[in-house]
Amino acid sequence: MIPNNFEYIRANSVQEALQLLSQKGDGARLLAGGHSLIPAMKLRLNAPETVIDISGIQDLASIHRDGGRLHIGALVTHRTVETSDEVKSSCPVLSEAAALIGDPLVRNRGTIGGSLAHCDPAADYPALTLCLDAEIEATGPSGSRTIAADDFFVGMFETALQPGEMITRVTFPVLTRGTGAAYEKFSHPASRFAVVGVAAMVTLDGSGNCSSVRVAITGAGPSVFRATKVEQALTGKAPDEQAISDATQDVADPADLMSDISASAEYRAHLCSVLSRRALQRAVQAARG
Amino acid sequence: MANYIGSSLKRKEDRRFITGKGTYTDDIVLPNMTYAYIVRSPHAHARIKAIHADKALAHPGVVAVFTGKDLQDDGVNPLPTGWQITDSMIEPPHPVVAVDRVRYVGNPVAVVIANSRAAAKDAAELVEVDYEILPAVVDATRAIEKGAPTVHDEAPDNISFTWELGDKAATDDALSKAAHITRLEIVNQRLIPNAMEPRSAIGDYHPARDELTLYTSSQNPHLIRLLMCAFVLGIPEHKVRVVSPDVGGGFGSKIFHYPEEVIVSWASRKLGRPVKWTAERSESFLTDAHGRDHYTVAEMGIDKDGTILALRVNTIANLGAYLSTFAGGIPTWLYGTLLAGQYKYPHIYVQTKGVFTHTTPVDAYRGAGRPEATFVVERLMDTAARELGMDPAELRRKNFIPADAFPYETPVVLTYDSGNYEASLEKAMQIIDYQKWRDEQAKARNQGRLIGIGLSCYIEACGIAPSKVAGAIGVRAGLYEGASIRVHPTGQVTVYTGSHSHGQGHETTFAQIVADGLGVSPENVEVVHGDTAQIPFGMGTYGSRSLAVGGSAIWRAVEKIREKAKKIAAHKLEASEDDIVFEDGKWVVKGTDRALTLGEIALTAYVPHDYPEGLEPGLEENSFYDPANFTFPFGTHIAVVEIDPDTGKVQILRYVAVDDVGNVINPMIVDGQVHGGLAQGIGQALWEGAVYDENGQLLTGSMMDYAIPKADDLPHFEVDRTVTPCPHNPLGVKGAGETGTIASTVCIVNAVVDAVSHLGIKDIPMPLTPERVWRAIHGK
Ligand SMILES: Cc1cc2nc3c(=O)[nH]c(=O)nc-3n(C[C@H](O)[C@H](O)[C@H](O)COP(=O)(O)OP(=O)(O)OC[C@H]3O[C@@H](n4cnc5c(N)ncnc54)[C@H](O)[C@@H]3O)c2cc1C
Repeated sequence: MIPNNFEYIRANSVQEALQLLSQKGDGARLLAGGHSLIPAMKLRLNAPETVIDISGIQDLASIHRDGGRLHIGALVTHRTVETSDEVKSSCPVLSEAAALIGDPLVRNRGTIGGSLAHCDPAADYPALTLCLDAEIEATGPSGSRTIAADDFFVGMFETALQPGEMITRVTFPVLTRGTGAAYEKFSHPASRFAVVGVAAMVTLDGSGNCSSVRVAITGAGPSVFRATKVEQALTGKAPDEQAISDATQDVADPADLMSDISASAEYRAHLCSVLSRRALQRAVQAARG
Repeated sequence: MANYIGSSLKRKEDRRFITGKGTYTDDIVLPNMTYAYIVRSPHAHARIKAIHADKALAHPGVVAVFTGKDLQDDGVNPLPTGWQITDSMIEPPHPVVAVDRVRYVGNPVAVVIANSRAAAKDAAELVEVDYEILPAVVDATRAIEKGAPTVHDEAPDNISFTWELGDKAATDDALSKAAHITRLEIVNQRLIPNAMEPRSAIGDYHPARDELTLYTSSQNPHLIRLLMCAFVLGIPEHKVRVVSPDVGGGFGSKIFHYPEEVIVSWASRKLGRPVKWTAERSESFLTDAHGRDHYTVAEMGIDKDGTILALRVNTIANLGAYLSTFAGGIPTWLYGTLLAGQYKYPHIYVQTKGVFTHTTPVDAYRGAGRPEATFVVERLMDTAARELGMDPAELRRKNFIPADAFPYETPVVLTYDSGNYEASLEKAMQIIDYQKWRDEQAKARNQGRLIGIGLSCYIEACGIAPSKVAGAIGVRAGLYEGASIRVHPTGQVTVYTGSHSHGQGHETTFAQIVADGLGVSPENVEVVHGDTAQIPFGMGTYGSRSLAVGGSAIWRAVEKIREKAKKIAAHKLEASEDDIVFEDGKWVVKGTDRALTLGEIALTAYVPHDYPEGLEPGLEENSFYDPANFTFPFGTHIAVVEIDPDTGKVQILRYVAVDDVGNVINPMIVDGQVHGGLAQGIGQALWEGAVYDENGQLLTGSMMDYAIPKADDLPHFEVDRTVTPCPHNPLGVKGAGETGTIASTVCIVNAVVDAVSHLGIKDIPMPLTPERVWRAIHGK
């Protein structure tokens, strides 16, 4: 478990980190919580020449609410999201999901920015980010831009981040009355990553019908995806138990899903249905307040 | 004087462990030390055509690169196996480092030695090995098919041995006449032990003294010294010291003599510098001996009234690529002999084929053969009860060996020392409220919920010994234990034991015994283990033998000290020896208040101015204890589980363990042993399992893939005991290290199958992953 040789530099500001990134080029990697990067380096699956440690950049470690938006800095740890009063009141599903990531050691160090940048097909935040229609702020040499979650996740370990860019913050909607969200996770018994994880958000109109439904699924496929069939089936409908159950019969086609020793594609497809149903039921409950 | 035996003393060793001050092999840093990194085969089966080491040798910091041929040319012999199962057992050579063929992924191919661990690893990536990849076979049932790839030329059909025990004709006959036959096909899957501390070894050779010290994370340093000196390196034992310092768990996997121990010892002699090797976790997965891996067909013949008549068991045991130290003994003598379980059926026949495959060697893993046997017997009991429409507790009760039948001779050579099986079943049923759960189960089924209750009534043969038996069953060693006790002039005591503690808490348990035995406080008793230079001899720790055999050896030494102390006390107190008794921790003149403490006697022994005529000064005694029999712990475990019908996920609602380990020295430590064993046993039932692909690549080679249980996976354990002392050892103890793994795996499987049996499900293969359970429920 010894990585290849590498140069280690600590960046004290976003500015400095970006400068180093452009200076060091392709061989450089940012280091946040280190809970994806370091294991990969120890297994020599990843061998950066330079590691730029951004974990000390205080500016990226805060959470604040700004009207209807909840801004979470890229370096906010899973543990902080899990326990933050601000998150619990503004967007409780995030705390709920963060509490299910890995184990306490992972949660104490892993960061939301690192998780999204790493884009593991079985990570939890991608499902939350996509389901909640969050925005990712990417900062590069020429300034910051905002990437919608729908555009951010490109594939397995692949995002819309450009070389030289880093995630600086993630912005989620504050969930108000009428909108509810829930996350259902079926954990891998060894890694605790999601075998399947389903995040659902429902907004109800005045008559109690769904005016908007978003369902995002992680773990099942090569990358996080939206269960558009389910979303369409429920939009405009009254989300009673039967409707939810009907809408979640065939959430995913096994042909599109992953199959490995921990779960076959067929079982993953089944879990997509079960967990979508459960997540939607709880989201609706939450929306009703 | 306090009675320390029976009290839950806090563990003396925990101060250093909890504060991170233990000394494990990898913590030892010697001057001028080098580091070995082992180049391992990435292929399960290949011919080595050439090894090019020049680039590695040129890497900065590299001291040497050795190949298998270097060791072979220098006269290093193959690793021996310690158990001859049949006269015709095929025992192909097991080279320390592969010479021309590799036979499993992880097989050592070359050794890079450098001034730093990092340099050794970097250089190892530069060693180029030309392989000709050959077809591999990983599944033992496939390996014995015609045309399967051959692992060793010496065993063309891949069979090392075919072993049998019991009366085949009588068993066949009884089965042919039985009113009912219950038959199961069982896969007891391969497990990876995963001790917390990866294996580590340091060879430290002093050329001027011609002495070698080997530090190794081993469960039995003396055995390693014997095997390495006598068989592998051919060097004199008195010039070799083996030290096993603090060892972070073994579960059997650190019993064996491993290639790396030879590599660092040999290389240190070559280089005249210390050589350290420590496994990376990935190497642990690939190279620590694995456990279990049986395919079994078992048939039980039963009379109309539920009387069991006979048991026939055929097992194919995967031994991996080479015979590890105890390999053959586990699926044979430690397995077949336990197939009588707690029951009095008269006929048993068992046959085991030991089979080579292109996988990591398989050997003892916590329970070693006995969990596999218990699995067979107790799965059959539950299945038979269901088929006969009987309650599983009732069928067991009907067939128990009664409490008044001990000592009881089974049809498979063992003589059980003592037991009261009915009592432990009763107690477990009472604690869990068995009938209530049966009612609950019926109610739940009406609501579409799946609740199951599983029983496991197990027997275990522990305290692996005596030597005479060991010899008769092919063990190439004696099985006794050594101890010595040194009382210092000021009355403190050092105990030297051949048992080895790697988590069991010997330093506390043994101190409690000696404290009571000699009238001192446990703080004044130091237990030394794991060093061949300090301890007369030892056979190490495995098979729950430390207390029953090692503890008994200590007790024998205590008795010798007491005898000598009595002579000294009689002299000093001017009484006759016959009038001196050991009472309340003192040597007392019967019926008087005249007494001497150990401290007073010890001082006399070392300053013998006024001393018995003809008695040697000093107070130190040795003992070797070779017991009369195995010990036979037993008990009943009951689990209640609930299954999520949507996902197949199993939740354990309650787990009750009633164990009988004979007398208990430290209840807290025994509880801890039970808890740990339960975790591992339940782990096998629900999550664990080594998976190879068909090319022999280990797919479960990391903690991200191989699921060992974590605290939050497990329920609250309700642990209780009955006490039936062992009649043939001085402490009346039976051994408590393995009960958990022996009982719990089958207990959980029985509970899960019980939860879904009304759906027509008879069996689900382990591990009972949610997907497997879901498939069973939904007929997928
Ligand atoms: C045992 C274990 C269990 C786990 N279980 C789970 C789980 O159940 N669910 C789950 O979701 N995750 C799980 N994880 C992953 C964990 O959440 C990681 O912490 C997370 O994926 C990465 O965050 P990090 O801060 O540790 O990133 P790092 O490891 O430091 O970095 C990961 C990658 O992201 C890049 N990066 C980091 N920060 C930024 C940034 N601000 N901008 C651009 N690029 C950046 C790095 O260069 C690197 O390539 C587990 C990890 C472990 C070790």
